[in-house]
Amino acid sequence: MADLDVPPQVPQSKTRDLDKLLLRNGNLVDPGFFPGPDLRDDIRDYVRILVVGAGGLGCELLKDLALSGFRNLDVIDMDRIEVTNLNRQFLFRLEDVGKPKAEVAAKRVMERVSGVEIVPHFSRIEDKEIEFYSDFNIIALGLDSIEARKYINGVACGFLEYNEDDTPKRETIKPMVDGGTEGFKGHARVILPGVTPCFECTIYLFPPQVKFPLCTLAETPRNAAHCIEYAHLIQWEAVHRGKTFDPDEPEHMKWVYDEAIRRAELFGIPGVTYSLTQGVVKNIIPAIASTNAIISAACALETLKIVSACSKTLVNYLTYNGGEGLYTEVTKFERDTDCLVCGPGILIELDTSVTLSKFIEMLEDHPKLLLSKASVKHGENTLYMQAPPVLEEFHRPKLSKPLYDLMGRVQKDTIHVFGTALKNNEKESCSTKVRVVFKGADGVADMDTAIGA
Amino acid sequence: MIGLFKVKEKQREESQNTNRRGASTVKKQSAGELRLHKDISELNLPKSCKISFPNGKNDLMNFEVTIKPDEGYYMNGKFVFSFQVSNVYPHEAPKVKCKTKVYHPNIDLEGNVCLNILREDWKPVLNINTVIYGLFHLFTEPNYEDPLNHDAAAVLRDNPKLFENNVKRAMMGGYVGETSFPRCM
Repeated sequence: MADLDVPPQVPQSKTRDLDKLLLRNGNLVDPGFFPGPDLRDDIRDYVRILVVGAGGLGCELLKDLALSGFRNLDVIDMDRIEVTNLNRQFLFRLEDVGKPKAEVAAKRVMERVSGVEIVPHFSRIEDKEIEFYSDFNIIALGLDSIEARKYINGVACGFLEYNEDDTPKRETIKPMVDGGTEGFKGHARVILPGVTPCFECTIYLFPPQVKFPLCTLAETPRNAAHCIEYAHLIQWEAVHRGKTFDPDEPEHMKWVYDEAIRRAELFGIPGVTYSLTQGVVKNIIPAIASTNAIISAACALETLKIVSACSKTLVNYLTYNGGEGLYTEVTKFERDTDCLVCGPGILIELDTSVTLSKFIEMLEDHPKLLLSKASVKHGENTLYMQAPPVLEEFHRPKLSKPLYDLMGRVQKDTIHVFGTALKNNEKESCSTKVRVVFKGADGVADMDTAIGA
Repeated sequence: MIGLFKVKEKQREESQNTNRRGASTVKKQSAGELRLHKDISELNLPKSCKISFPNGKNDLMNFEVTIKPDEGYYMNGKFVFSFQVSNVYPHEAPKVKCKTKVYHPNIDLEGNVCLNILREDWKPVLNINTVIYGLFHLFTEPNYEDPLNHDAAAVLRDNPKLFENNVKRAMMGGYVGETSFPRCM
């Protein structure tokens, strides 16, 4: 039977919704917004985004970014798929259990969104070269630990360079969009190193971790978690001398569970279950699919805004709480200008002949520093330590060498100095970042002296 | 930012076609390591405490502290503690264990140390110096109220003279009850 009364379907553009944001002007756009099909096509062709983590947030992020017009995506995750992931990491199926998350996630999104290219990386973030990260325009984080966030923050802020007037060089800013969730709560934040606070600037926001006193665990346990932690922290070491506890090893977990049950029975404490054991030992808070979806949507939207300037970006921290009803709030956190990771530090110009010991003397007289008894660190290398005596002796031979040589003969680099500074007539412990620039390096003469000669 | 990104992408493509890029001067920065370096460079230890670096003097994240109390029950004993500092220091306390087997109400026979600032009372504003002072304090003022070794705690509470003898015997390498202790003085 022919459908003669049905009007012909007008094929709808795949980018119909994106076009509303990118093809026309608006009231909330950022300066630097140039609407038009070129903008949409440039985003598709030129922008490269790295998604860190292919778990709860990562899966959602990949989907959101792919559907938002980004074509060049990379995803990195060191884990394999587990059954407990399947309630929310929707790109995975039962038959995928055991396979690397990054690879399966990339494959599934590429199957559903035509044209997108996703390169998976089944590795730890620490195992990648720094140059790997410099290739991306924006890094979107779907991580689950402070340690991992600190690492990526350090890498992104490491790219940041400053002008002589201590303003950040725009082309060295590596934007990060960081999301995190915990049960019904979550956050999304935009980090522009040098402009907004970095992860270290606001590290004080984290509450102290919940740790039980060892003597409570040993003598007076009162709840199931105490029994589990006793088995995990104290009994394991006593019985399996030398063998490290591996929370991902089911046999180890089972052993802890059995011991915890025994102890709970001894003290008459209810509530020890295998899943609670896993939760306490691995610090797991049950994850909810909708929280992940909400937070990664916010992150993907911010990524699109940063790249296109189609609307004002989040300034700079969104909190979300869906525990009872729904509450969200945006806070503008301020940078810590003295931040050791993203701050400008103090610019010091030196001659290549200046020795380390002369440099340390100069720090005492430098008007912005007035730093006495300084210790100096260059990246991962310690150049000098004032104390304790065993280390001072160890580093002492370097004092007579030129700082230029000790720093690997680069024209400029960042170092950190620690010591006591006089602030308001009081001696205070102080750590500062110092941007060292060597004059006369690589045969480039100083402009002023060249004229005089 | 799209303008910037386009320029960078073109630069990247061009440099991939020519030689490999020059050596990057970008260094990894770890704020935790910086804070640890500061703490170590400001250590102000009493004569009874010494720090050593068995893992090499360039690895500040694993070190040992030897304490020789000069007063109290444990006078003249020598006790070695191992410190393991994590990447997220000072957000997390350093992990400290006692490597010397000791008869002490707050240190068990496996070397676990019950010190509040190592667990529930740790704050990022504390540092390595305060931890070492805390450990020193354990020897000058052992207390029976937070016991990890409840036998020792009970003896200290009920019979301080016997406790004093037990400590001396343990430090000289003898038996207390059924447990033997290595000589440490």
